[in-house]
Amino acid sequence: MDRERFVYKKRLNIPWLFLMAWRDSRRNRSRLFLFVSSIVLGIAALVATFSLGDNVRKDIDQQAQTLVGADLVIESNKPVGQKIRPMLDSLGDQRSEERTFASMIYFRKGGGTRLIQVRALQGGFPYYGSLETTPAPAGRQFRLHQEALVDKTLMLQFNAQVGDSIQIGDVAFAIAGVLNKAPGRTGLSTTVAPPVYIPLKYLEETGLVQKGSRVAVNFYYKFKPSTAIDKVVESIEPRLQKAGLDYDTVEERKRNTGRSFEDVNEFLTLISFIALLLGCIGVASAIHIYIREKISSIAILRCLGVNSGQAFLIYLIQIVGIGIVGSILGAVLGTIIQQVLPAVIKDFLPIEINAGISWPSIFKGIALGAVIAALFGLLPLLSVRKVSPLFTLRLSLEPVRSFADPFKWLVYTLILGFIVLFTWWQVHSWTQAIVFTVSILTAFLILAGIARLLMWLVRRFFPASWSYLWRQGFANLYRPNNQTIILITTIGLGALFISTLYFIQSMLISRVSLTGSGNQPNMVLFDIQNTQKDSVAALTRQYQLPILQQVPIVTMRIESINGKTAADVKNDTTSRISERAFEWEFRVTYRDSLTDSEKLTAGKLSGPVKYPGAIVPISMEEEYARRINVRMGDSITFNVQGALVSTVVNSMRKVDWQRVQTNFRVVFPPGVLELAPQFHVLITRVPSPEVSAKFQQAVVREYPNISIIDLHLILKVLDDVLSQIGFVIRFMAGFSIVTGLIVLIASVLISKYQRMQESVLLRTLGASRRQILAITALEYFFLGALAAATGILLSLAGSWALAKYSFKTPFSPDWWPIGVLFVAISGLTILIGIFNSRSVVNRPPLEVLRREV
Amino acid sequence: MESILNIRNLSKTYQGGGHTLHVLNDINFAVEAGATLSIVGPSGSGKTTLLGLCAGLDRASNGVVELNNIRLNDLSEDERAQVRNRYVGFIFQNFQLLPTLTALENVMVPLELRGEKNIRPRAMELLDKVGLADRVHHYPMQLSGGEQQRVSLARAFSNKPRILFADEPTGNLDAETSDRVVKLLFDLNKEAGTTLIIVTHNLELAALTNRVIKIKGGHLISDERNN
Repeated sequence: MDRERFVYKKRLNIPWLFLMAWRDSRRNRSRLFLFVSSIVLGIAALVATFSLGDNVRKDIDQQAQTLVGADLVIESNKPVGQKIRPMLDSLGDQRSEERTFASMIYFRKGGGTRLIQVRALQGGFPYYGSLETTPAPAGRQFRLHQEALVDKTLMLQFNAQVGDSIQIGDVAFAIAGVLNKAPGRTGLSTTVAPPVYIPLKYLEETGLVQKGSRVAVNFYYKFKPSTAIDKVVESIEPRLQKAGLDYDTVEERKRNTGRSFEDVNEFLTLISFIALLLGCIGVASAIHIYIREKISSIAILRCLGVNSGQAFLIYLIQIVGIGIVGSILGAVLGTIIQQVLPAVIKDFLPIEINAGISWPSIFKGIALGAVIAALFGLLPLLSVRKVSPLFTLRLSLEPVRSFADPFKWLVYTLILGFIVLFTWWQVHSWTQAIVFTVSILTAFLILAGIARLLMWLVRRFFPASWSYLWRQGFANLYRPNNQTIILITTIGLGALFISTLYFIQSMLISRVSLTGSGNQPNMVLFDIQNTQKDSVAALTRQYQLPILQQVPIVTMRIESINGKTAADVKNDTTSRISERAFEWEFRVTYRDSLTDSEKLTAGKLSGPVKYPGAIVPISMEEEYARRINVRMGDSITFNVQGALVSTVVNSMRKVDWQRVQTNFRVVFPPGVLELAPQFHVLITRVPSPEVSAKFQQAVVREYPNISIIDLHLILKVLDDVLSQIGFVIRFMAGFSIVTGLIVLIASVLISKYQRMQESVLLRTLGASRRQILAITALEYFFLGALAAATGILLSLAGSWALAKYSFKTPFSPDWWPIGVLFVAISGLTILIGIFNSRSVVNRPPLEVLRREV
Repeated sequence: MESILNIRNLSKTYQGGGHTLHVLNDINFAVEAGATLSIVGPSGSGKTTLLGLCAGLDRASNGVVELNNIRLNDLSEDERAQVRNRYVGFIFQNFQLLPTLTALENVMVPLELRGEKNIRPRAMELLDKVGLADRVHHYPMQLSGGEQQRVSLARAFSNKPRILFADEPTGNLDAETSDRVVKLLFDLNKEAGTTLIIVTHNLELAALTNRVIKIKGGHLISDERNN
């Protein structure tokens, strides 16, 4: 007999591995697809957000000039000094000037009034893009006549038509057109005070600009195409700074718009990523069961001479392959969804978003899907290496439990590392990336821990005396091949998501609503001139409305602190004073008593100042003082519209800013500011929207310069804004929720294969259709109910913490939506469970065995 | 004649529940190349464990297993897998065909693993020999038990093994089918000159081999030659 020496040759034979992977998947492809369907939506969400990011970045680049409408904008929130004026008038080849301020509009036809933002414009602005109006020529022509462009939401609200007459201050304007869009404005930025454009030349006549009025000024410049704008800005920057003027260029606006979008996009990407992670857990769990079913095939292969590496690779190829297929499907779906996303977020961005196909995003999504499917698939796949060929002889061998397997820990580390890295890639902050990973991990661990606890409790306190159906239903929670951990984790996380979103939204709304309820103030009149003070108060009383507060307001800036000016502080690196202190325009009142939203924390409030010229003792709000590093006893010189007033910090107050009333960072004592240019604010409470409308009309008719904020309107706007934000978040979170459902369906289907034989056995032994259904329903009810309850409880805990520590508001959730959510999730779980088990109960046992097993 | 399988002082114990279970105790025997041998004994006597150890599917607790002069005790699981692929064929009671592969592919797998070329005609020839030329593209679940065991026979001989291990090859078959499979097994074995080791408690089947080893309670209690 010939004998050769045995020399071990480690061979992988890659083409054969691919062939075997393909062959082995033959009768399982639909199931493999089911596993991978869990990641399809996660990838779709990511590809959609990646594509959105990519397209918005391109759009910002392309539309950058129309964001500003000019090459350079110089801005000021106070009247511009005469010294700088010649320079401002000499810049650029074309220039426009715009003054903006809040005021009231009065629609003469319907008598409606509302707070608006008046934009008094002169010149050819915008130089890039246009004021989009209906009819289109109105955007240019309104400047030539006594005409106005009125925001489309206002037109709709008051059912106004082009040609109607509106009154702003003392001047009536004809509506030249409906303003659909202006450069650089988002839909949301105009909701509280919608813009109305009028020609600048009529501003004076309106009588709205008086001393102390809060008017911002913008100068728009267009330069010759060859001009280096950055050079121009560099040369004038010191003078602008000295005059307290700000500027904006196309590049600057591009950066700012990009930055604020990146924040939104990061957030959306993280929500999508959670959907993907959720799906991956589903994949890992499904593969775990898949591999368990493959043990006999693996053992046969091992018998025939396949080594552990080859066996492992055959299944890794399957998982990665199916991961790629799932990712491609996800990328296609994501690209389709991306066509919808611009419509969802259009109100948040001041640009036209195009929904083009983004190949880099598609490739990124597919690569991510393949990597993450492989990573999560590796966990159950590692056990393939340990399958003994002895399984061919003894199928009852215990599967190997490999907690001590160092590769398993390596894979865990890789997964965590991957999550941290991916998050960091999105948020560019290690701390945030680690906090995100730890939070997700904690939620997973809590849910998995609760599932384990449930299994232990059911086993420990098994209701042995209960009827068979209950016992069987309970026992299914912990018997081999149970789905308890995977279902509780995925469904629980979905429930956690939905309910947290709901709680936060209702918390924000109720916080504002609370302030508008009971006898709280709900209407603020401001810009009341000294001479109008008493008559406005009388008019208020005439409408039977209470005067809850009437306070004078004087605007001023800080000139120096302890003798140091802004320039001194800037040059002195050792100074504790914040430079920001000098940038702020203060609105200050004077009184000698505290309001009920204030509390003294140091010193005492000073009485009237009796001697003119003496140093004035003032009171500061402690939080603001801390921010700019001002302490008790510091001396501060204020510039009160040209006049310098020396003061000393004599007391500190704690202020509850959440109350709807006038609150102040700085309070002067009486006897100092009485003669300074000032306006008054009156706060009242209107009992109904009807009274509110009538009172507003009366005020605007008699005192067109007075602006009114109606809290009902603010509430409505806030509700709209929150609904829109909520919609975007829900839209993205929807991916997680639907992924959770798919994982649920996949898990239930997989468990169907596990449970098929015993259900058939039960049927063979005479169990009725109803009994099998009852057992299934009970098992899925326990799972669904516990998962939903745990998710909701975690969300309650999280929302309570948010309410207490972040929003600082009492947390009192509505219980009925929570009940609805609980019932919906539990019900859906039972329904899916029963739906998937129907083949067992509707067909004869033998047929089922032949078809499915 | 030279031995193809040498078993010396072979023992196998399992630990579990704080007890040590002695499944095989101090087994010694050798098998000459080309011989046919049956291992018989009652259920739980340790015969399947012995087969697993002889074929390199498991590791012995004590003693030596030498297959084709290769000491299996010294080899890793992957090395033993290669030994099995090169020198060993298997037939199982429950056929152990890969359910996702056709009959033809099941027969080709051992050859593909060896990296051999032009294997299809050989696999077809083997399937023809076992009377399944018209069933080559059927999946195991589309075949009867007897047909599955015949595919298994074709697969076992496909890599021209030096030694063939059969674990209760007729255990799942009716009498008529059993006879056909046994005849095929012995015919193919004779043709290929392979050493055949059968684990069975079917004494009629055991009587067909040159030699019968009896195992009871983990001990080898007799080693007899048939005439």
